[in-house]
Amino acid sequence: MTALSTLPTPRKSGQSLPQAPLVLGIETSCDETGIGIVRGTELLANTVSSSMEEHARFGGVIPEIAARAHLEAFVPTLRQALDTAGIQLKDVDAIAVTAGPGLAGALMVGLSAAKGLALAAGKPLYGVNHLVAHVGVGLLESSSPMTELPENTGALLVSGGHTEILRVVSLTSQVQLLGSTIDDAAGEAFDKTARLLGLGYPGGPAIAAAAAHGDPTAFRFPRGLTMPKFEGSAQAPGKHRHNWSFSGLKTAVARAVEQFESAGLEVPVHDIAASFQEAVVDVLTSKAVRAAREHGIHTLLLGGGVAANQRLRELLTERCAAAEIELRIPPVSLCTDNGAMVAALGAQLVAAGVEPSGMEIPADSSQPVQRISV
Amino acid sequence: MKNYHGGVILAIDSSAGASVAVLDQGRVLAQWRTSETTDHAEVLAAAVAETMRQAGVDGGGLGGVVVGVGPGPFTGLRVGLALAHALAEVWQVPLHGLCSLDSLAHRAVTQSPAGDPAGDSASDPAGDHLGGPVEAGVEFLAVSDARRREVYWARYRSRAAAGPDHAASAELVDGPHVSAASELPDLPAVGIGAGLYPEALKARSAMEASWLPDAVELGQIAQTPGPARLREPLPLYLRESDAKVPAQVRPRTAAS
Ligand SMILES: [Zn+2]
Repeated sequence: MTALSTLPTPRKSGQSLPQAPLVLGIETSCDETGIGIVRGTELLANTVSSSMEEHARFGGVIPEIAARAHLEAFVPTLRQALDTAGIQLKDVDAIAVTAGPGLAGALMVGLSAAKGLALAAGKPLYGVNHLVAHVGVGLLESSSPMTELPENTGALLVSGGHTEILRVVSLTSQVQLLGSTIDDAAGEAFDKTARLLGLGYPGGPAIAAAAAHGDPTAFRFPRGLTMPKFEGSAQAPGKHRHNWSFSGLKTAVARAVEQFESAGLEVPVHDIAASFQEAVVDVLTSKAVRAAREHGIHTLLLGGGVAANQRLRELLTERCAAAEIELRIPPVSLCTDNGAMVAALGAQLVAAGVEPSGMEIPADSSQPVQRISV
Repeated sequence: MKNYHGGVILAIDSSAGASVAVLDQGRVLAQWRTSETTDHAEVLAAAVAETMRQAGVDGGGLGGVVVGVGPGPFTGLRVGLALAHALAEVWQVPLHGLCSLDSLAHRAVTQSPAGDPAGDSASDPAGDHLGGPVEAGVEFLAVSDARRREVYWARYRSRAAAGPDHAASAELVDGPHVSAASELPDLPAVGIGAGLYPEALKARSAMEASWLPDAVELGQIAQTPGPARLREPLPLYLRESDAKVPAQVRPRTAAS
């Protein structure tokens, strides 16, 4: 299969593929039980049940708690999604489900339920890649519905579970990983730092709120993997030119907090939060925009839960504008993990005539981005 | 809740190995099982499809779905439950849970090897190795593997058949629980847990100490007239999620 052109997806002769397939998508890779329904690129339902509150006292997602919550939420979430869309399961053309990457036990609940739906309703099943689904959601933007992604689209995905920059040659057949975090995900760094600062969970909104009252230049926290030996040059890129690392930043914050505490001083929580946020957002956006520029990306899509961070949006907007890259940020409800993005990618796969998955597909907790469907 | 009277049902258990059975009034139409404990998510849905095909029934023709709710290792257990929830939802048929240990107890009192459609142990060559049906009024344990040097267990009492057309049954006396094998009551035991801890548990026979819960008996119990054993179709975890509040999560008293 070749890259998508600006024409409708070519059909093989004698084959009739639905132009705008009706697809139900299931997402259970982390702490959101998401079921979405789309018709082609039209969003019909996006129902999400979150177990976030149950993880709050642990300061991070507990896989077993997430998996338990998925099982209990599945049927009610399904019913509500079907109700919202005003359809029945027998009407759909296919069922799509996140096969990976994500938490293994959590993925298995969604996958097993999806197999049950597909089997009972006699529908084709598509096991899809969670990261690529985050990109697929870009097609659902209600303001300017697209039937295809623009050529040379890239995606910056930032959440509690992942941090990647992708190049999307074709949503259904060719996606490349340009760079990713080599340790903590950016959202994880927010959670851990919020924990350190006693700001609560989830860390993203908590840090952002504290940062609003702080000075982002008060502390100069490290920007991971920005030394020349890691970055190299455009002509001779270093090993980590487009990669991130947030573990050093986390350690630097911990050290700063310790210094104040051992000196018996009040910890300047607002300034630390603001400086930490600035460090994350600065390195995320500078590396993402450079990776985009060096790989001919003209349109960049932002996805993942951290997309809700106002400072990230601001700085990314600024830097994309300077680099003449068109930035697209879907509504927050479509940036965080949800079933609609899975359905959106599923619809593209159906329309492109991609073979459905078998009933035996496994959950792949470390599914590489190149494996768009399994 | 009442037990099922007549009709064809689908039974699924994924509390230890995994198994699927389609039964008509307690008679097994088709069945499948594996003792593998780690690949439920891959194999179980296809096994249901194949077992239904072999039994010659489709979802619309079912009177219900019953599913083993454990206790059992969480991830595998949830695979069976998630599948059962989805199937019952689409087919619009009732869904009920059964304690998976009930399956072992049922087998102990009837001595019908899982999968013997006649339900007659005399025709089974392995019958030699069985301890014989548990006598009426006698108490015993059904024990499965809970890992981490513990077992899932429940205490049952055998009850005589109510009449010529009825089978003996096992009445739940206590449990299910999760404990170290050494803490269990001193009673004869059946199930793989007895085989794993021979120093602590008195297995009724070597064969019975290898038994895993099975969908066949769950289906039979569900279709047995008498007091209902059906439960909510939600897992019997018996253990907390193990999550610990990290030391770093503590209220910071310093003003900011
Ligand atoms: Zn995500």
